[in-house]
Amino acid sequence: MTGPTRGFLGRRRDRDPRLPPGQYDVGTDWPVLTAEPTPRIRPQDWTVTVDGHVESPTTWTWDEAHRLAPSDYRGDIHCVTTWSKFDTHFSGISVDTLLEAARPAAGALFVMATSRTGYTTNLPLADVTGGKAWLVWEFDGTPLPIEHGGPVRLLVPHLYFWKSAKWLSRLTLMTHDQPGFWEQNGYHDRGDPWRQQRYQGD
Amino acid sequence: MATGPVTDPFAPERRRPPIAGRWHTATVAGVRRPLQRSVQLRLDVHGRMDHMPGQHYVVRLTAPDGYTAQRSYSVASSPADPLVELFVERLEDGEVSTHLADVVEPGDVLEVRGPLGGWFVWDGATPALLVAGGTGVVPLVSMVRTARDLGRPDLLRVAVSARTLAELPYADELLAAGARVVLTREPHGVRSAGRLTPADLLPLWEPGQTAYVCGSASFADAAGQLLLGLGMRPEDIRVEQFGPSGG
Repeated sequence: MTGPTRGFLGRRRDRDPRLPPGQYDVGTDWPVLTAEPTPRIRPQDWTVTVDGHVESPTTWTWDEAHRLAPSDYRGDIHCVTTWSKFDTHFSGISVDTLLEAARPAAGALFVMATSRTGYTTNLPLADVTGGKAWLVWEFDGTPLPIEHGGPVRLLVPHLYFWKSAKWLSRLTLMTHDQPGFWEQNGYHDRGDPWRQQRYQGD
Repeated sequence: MATGPVTDPFAPERRRPPIAGRWHTATVAGVRRPLQRSVQLRLDVHGRMDHMPGQHYVVRLTAPDGYTAQRSYSVASSPADPLVELFVERLEDGEVSTHLADVVEPGDVLEVRGPLGGWFVWDGATPALLVAGGTGVVPLVSMVRTARDLGRPDLLRVAVSARTLAELPYADELLAAGARVVLTREPHGVRSAGRLTPADLLPLWEPGQTAYVCGSASFADAAGQLLLGLGMRPEDIRVEQFGPSGG
């Protein structure tokens, strides 16, 4: 840590307590960040599968997923590129609902989320259970836009947003952690914004 | 885990880029302002690790009371350059970019972290089609300069888009590298004003290329769809967006 930067005072002293360290409030914007061309996925062609270290590997179609108990998230999201967005509202289903059907086997401790594009991101199972993670298809009451991961994305709002895989197609339970796409490319395995776990080694 | 597609676009088949996690100090060696609303910072990074073209750095500013703000900026320089050159677009609201554009002068010391980003990188050895809009050209400039330093400019095909030539960063270098220049607000040569089209990209497309697309979210999406329309496979297209996350 060096001293202050010459001439820099900074602007925001009345920091919103909802803002994790190193983040700023992006306001009404919602920046789009992806690593690949945006896939066009029709809802009727979408499915999600929970497999890996589970008792009953299960696949749901769009219609089947919509018949599950609905669950909403209202709150904030945080991107590792330093923007945070307050008071979002997403609708979909809880990941818990899918796991109740697929039944994690003893020793399942991690999950790999995979997108239709092949994008992957790894999470501790404990970070997607207990009401902390969703599959969502609506934002503020309208269908989730494709550039934000529609028709269905993973939502894990207490971690940096690259963990909330867009165009989700699969959750694979694992006994051991494995790095996903950004995690192989230098980003943190857990990604807690309140601990600034941005890159490997943080 | 057997979860990905058979041809896994995210398999680490290429050279693993360096990722520097620690903060370093950097002395500002040069400040250039060839365009309005942007600045090129030439940095002498202490304990520097060579980057691969396409990677970025984070710059962190610290106020006297310890308050910090940090943002990411693309590297424009080649790894062979003794200095790291960052291109900073000055955003009207930008807490960090206004300081870098308006206040920073040679001799200042900044905190930086990098090189970062392991995906949007060119390995200097494989054929690549580079497509960028506006300030999205910056990581591609690093690729063009690297190809020049390696004596392999033949590996790259380049198409860039801007509103006017005067607003295109590094326009002279890109033109010298044979870039197809697309201007949306004024004609360029025999090309009339207008957005990027398949006709702009088709002459540049060759089998075996990896595409690198960089620009605003809307530009990147449009360019990605054009490349898919030409027959490129999604797994051969790497995308990086610039958005209001700049600050």
